[in-house]
Amino acid sequence: MALAPAEAVARARTYRHAIVSWVDDDGYPMSVAGSFTAEPDRALVEIGPFEEASTPPPGRELCVTFSHIRPQPGVGYDERRYVNLWGSAEVDGGRVRVTATRATGWDESELPFMEYAERGVPKAHEYFDAVGGRPRLSAWWKLFLATRLPFLTATIVPIALGGAIAGAHDRFDFGWWLLALLAGCAVHIGLNVANDLFDDLSGADAANTTPTPFSGGSRVLQYGLVSRSQMLALCVGAYGVAIALGFVLAAARGWGLLWIGAAGLVLSFVYSMPPFNLVARGLGEPVTAAGFGPVMALGGYFVCAQQFSWEVVYASLPIAILIALVLYVNEIPDRRGDAAVGKRTLPVRWPAGRVVAAYAVAVVAAFALVPIGVATGILSAWTLITLLAAPLGLRTFRGIRDHYDEPYALMPIIQANIGLHLVAGLLLVTGYLLANSFA
Amino acid sequence: MSTTSSAGYGEPMPAQPGVLPPEVAALLDVALVGELTVVDHDGRPITYPLIPLYDGRHVFMTSAVLFSRKLRHIKANPKVSVALTDPVGVPAEPFARATIQGDARVVDDDLHAGWEALLPLWRAKEPAIDAFLKKRFGIPLFFERSIIEITPRRALYWAEGRTDETPVVYELVGAG
Repeated sequence: MALAPAEAVARARTYRHAIVSWVDDDGYPMSVAGSFTAEPDRALVEIGPFEEASTPPPGRELCVTFSHIRPQPGVGYDERRYVNLWGSAEVDGGRVRVTATRATGWDESELPFMEYAERGVPKAHEYFDAVGGRPRLSAWWKLFLATRLPFLTATIVPIALGGAIAGAHDRFDFGWWLLALLAGCAVHIGLNVANDLFDDLSGADAANTTPTPFSGGSRVLQYGLVSRSQMLALCVGAYGVAIALGFVLAAARGWGLLWIGAAGLVLSFVYSMPPFNLVARGLGEPVTAAGFGPVMALGGYFVCAQQFSWEVVYASLPIAILIALVLYVNEIPDRRGDAAVGKRTLPVRWPAGRVVAAYAVAVVAAFALVPIGVATGILSAWTLITLLAAPLGLRTFRGIRDHYDEPYALMPIIQANIGLHLVAGLLLVTGYLLANSFA
Repeated sequence: MSTTSSAGYGEPMPAQPGVLPPEVAALLDVALVGELTVVDHDGRPITYPLIPLYDGRHVFMTSAVLFSRKLRHIKANPKVSVALTDPVGVPAEPFARATIQGDARVVDDDLHAGWEALLPLWRAKEPAIDAFLKKRFGIPLFFERSIIEITPRRALYWAEGRTDETPVVYELVGAG
């Protein structure tokens, strides 16, 4: 990263030695290290003394380097940082003075390695173009990344809930439920891939230099691992499988299912597809909540019970809110890249304090729905075990409050938030299974 | 081939052609960081801290395609140097400093897997590389890497790191 010369010299004072490099008369770079003094006000560094023959000729262009690592025995090293500055050599005896005219540097405590590497992606593509190569990864890993397979828990949880409630109503049918699960996963994969395509076309993912494994898209297009046409084929294929399975299920279990399937497809289309692009309008959360809450849960229930149920709608509300919060927290590290391309998510629109406060309110609301449901007789008392997941919400709240502007420190927080949805959802399902077992 | 001295330096020390003297090799063997200096398109030096590896014949460094500018410089001008200077990053006993000048070649015919031939040398210095490699799907471009293969031509050695004293110079004529 470019540094102002005075800033570079000020930073140099935190290092233990300097390395002076120049191009010698044979055309080879020559380097020699020594102690130094620095005067940031004058952007001046004096290095030496050096033995006369190890001293650069006066007037020779120099690169002066300050480098630091901290060895970690048995692991490697960390605390990487360095400063390079350039200027002409002034030689006085064995001492070399350089007034910096330009400088660069990197300090991983300021610019985390992942972001530093992400900024190099355009350079990587230039290099691949120059050597006629392409980045490689096995087909399995490309599919894993492109589909964002681990996020399918967002689909599995509500459809499992729908199946569990059908079981509590003595209507569970594993075969039809499994087909519904496959259809739901296919819609979800289609949505994930479509979202990547639209974020690639809009430039949102390219503008995001702080992606994490949980946010910033799959990056398969930005890294050149797959082409847009391959992603489009995957997207169309996934939606095609979902629609085909939807018709099979509707024909076999009731045409009312078409309404649920249509709602799911419409929500997944309007999420990121122009001109709707609801995620860019700050409406991604309600769309996500509806799609991965009541719609999926009703689908999982209807294929078994062949009817709708308001209980399913109510029971799915806590996980609907929690999955919307997964999107919401994931948008926090993405907000600069999103803002750059006009994708005005809630963390783009709101100040940090409001984003954090709204998270707390939403988590409390999600968990409050369970005892309210029990008190009103909608839910079994066994579903109160869902409250055991609440500490994960507290951990996420504290994490986003304390690390709001640190994308990589947010990674374990994002993970905890995803865990909150998964654990709460599975506990809710378990509550229904226990209620059914002890009924 | 015999060793020769360079004007201005002390008497050259005998060295086996193509092989760095043991005291310089000993520094390379423990160095967690070395400063690779290349010459840019304007003829100016530019230095990159990198982990140096040594197989007894060549000094190797690797570079992810994400940080490929140095590779372009080397392809345009293969003359490079590697300096071992940091008492912390080069934990040798007794401490010494060295600079190796040589000719570099960028090996990029298999960016995905070619560099893995250096894993045994790399692992010895940075055992965590194996853990990173298991997660290569997460940072795939970091593991698309070129090898920088450096054939040493000359080595300068400052005992105790005293660069205010005359270095021992090894002219490795015919190296490689």
